[in-house]
Amino acid sequence: MSDPQKLAITTRALNLWYAKFQALIDVTVDIKHGIITSLIGPSGCGKTTLLRCFNRVNERYGYVTTTGEIKLHGKNIYDDDVSLVELRKSAGMVFQRPNPLPISVYENVVFGLRIHKEGGDLKRSVLDEAVEVALTEVGLWQDLKDRLDMRATNLQLEQQQKLCIARLLPLKPEIILMDEPCSALDVEGTRAIEELMFALKGRYTIVIVTHNMAQARRASDECIFMLLGELIEHSRTEELFLTPKNPKTADYIEGRYG
Amino acid sequence: MATELQTELAPERAAPKPAQPERGSAPANKPARAGRGALAIAGEKLIEFVIRLCGISAIIFVFSIFFFVFREAAPLFFQKHEPPAQPEAVVERHADDHSPAAKKFALKEFLFSKEWYPTSQSNVRFGVLALIVGTLSVTALAMIIAVPFGLGAAVFVSEFCGGKIKETLKIVIELLAAIPSVVWGFIGLTVMNPIIQDLFHAPIGLNMLNGAILLALMSVPIMVSIGEDSLKAVPDSFREAGLALGATRWQLVYRVLLPAAKNGLLAAVLLGVGRAVGETMAVLMATGHAVNIPFVTADGSFNPLFIFEPVRTLTATIAAELGEASEGSQHYRVLFLIGVLLFSMTFIVNLTADLIIRGIKKR
Repeated sequence: MSDPQKLAITTRALNLWYAKFQALIDVTVDIKHGIITSLIGPSGCGKTTLLRCFNRVNERYGYVTTTGEIKLHGKNIYDDDVSLVELRKSAGMVFQRPNPLPISVYENVVFGLRIHKEGGDLKRSVLDEAVEVALTEVGLWQDLKDRLDMRATNLQLEQQQKLCIARLLPLKPEIILMDEPCSALDVEGTRAIEELMFALKGRYTIVIVTHNMAQARRASDECIFMLLGELIEHSRTEELFLTPKNPKTADYIEGRYG
Repeated sequence: MATELQTELAPERAAPKPAQPERGSAPANKPARAGRGALAIAGEKLIEFVIRLCGISAIIFVFSIFFFVFREAAPLFFQKHEPPAQPEAVVERHADDHSPAAKKFALKEFLFSKEWYPTSQSNVRFGVLALIVGTLSVTALAMIIAVPFGLGAAVFVSEFCGGKIKETLKIVIELLAAIPSVVWGFIGLTVMNPIIQDLFHAPIGLNMLNGAILLALMSVPIMVSIGEDSLKAVPDSFREAGLALGATRWQLVYRVLLPAAKNGLLAAVLLGVGRAVGETMAVLMATGHAVNIPFVTADGSFNPLFIFEPVRTLTATIAAELGEASEGSQHYRVLFLIGVLLFSMTFIVNLTADLIIRGIKKR
């Protein structure tokens, strides 16, 4: 398994503004490598914003200003020599609504390879193998191996979400960022994605934003509670839920607000 | 207090009405209410009818235009312009055959002969092959120029620029659509003509290239606005998916947006084609208006410089000659038949587009 002391993501004094609105206030956090860390908090607390900082996908909106430091495996991602392409390759993201691209299942899985690799790495045999490995890993191979040409947007939602995870894997990311990956899924789908997260943990660092406290409790090793842009508490999940240190955390997990 | 009052009042109000109707007002009230209802219902019916009429008016117009154009052209096939005794073979007569002007109309000659001598004293010939080739070649060349420009501009406006530039560009591009076609023709005649002569050392500047450039510029605005709309309609989640996988902007456009928006983009291109096929004034003024198949030289070999050949289109022919043709004459009816031909061409383009889009949707 992984070295528990190794840190995957660290932030120092991270502030972020959407135009004039400050969405993150002085966030300092250390996310450990190889485990599942969940981000919880009421709507608008900045948990999704924080997640989207880690692969700088926030920046597509021109009006975002960020100060402070974010390091992924010790490398500051705001350094000038960091390539966005490489950053996003190493920190893959799964979105709230499954968003497979409107192309075939096969092409969805190899999409990352096609945009990052060239020439010899794009031989049919290489791609075929990547597809089989990735789909096997997320448990879709048996269901879809005969339907790889099917349009990905016609799959069931649960399969779509699994596919969205599968398409990250050929790029060998170190971190998988998940933004409420189960909110569009039913109970079965949610369970399937959670099982998949357990299967992937260890090899990948998983950060998951969730609205669902029960999910955070059963599916994560560490838990971060955020409120109004600030990081309130970060500890092992059992500790956070059983013996919260901060009264705000206690109030939230008891459902007094949120 | 208030609730008490209401509960007390309510039965009082409700009770007397059925029991003892107020003199005059209550019986008058009921029919009046019903009358207003009837009026409202009638009004609604009327509005519904008008809206329905608006909806089906397009069908009515299309059919009545088709009917009218066809009615003017139809006698060609039924009227006999020559004594029935003459043999069928006359339709195959050659240019040197000095027979009376009016002869039986032959559809085969109409479609496959390039001899267009509608006002000849000695031997009238109505072959529109050169005109069909003219229309198709100018349109094709125009699309070769316009599609990359139009779709490129649509992608730029939709994905690569933001805020003020975007708004300005959209307004300017729409202004381009507002320029009347005769003004385009004017530009072709006076500006492009000498430029093409100087630049390419072409004998004349009024040629296929000139017309095609004008048509391209005229069909770009519609391609940009429809294309931009269809790119805008691509869900943002696809963009995020692509970006989060590390795609660059261009990879995003090429690998995600273009496939996702292909229906709309195809529609944009076909609307551009429709615009180009139907355009009249600009091509009449800019293409040289000579009955000529540009791909063949005088000695019958392939002409590689065909884009510098003058051509004539179907639309321009109708515009230029209909005013001169006496009503009901064979020439007049042939011009209407060209109208039918144009109609069928655009119909086929639209139908194919429709079928393609349906086919894509099904998959």
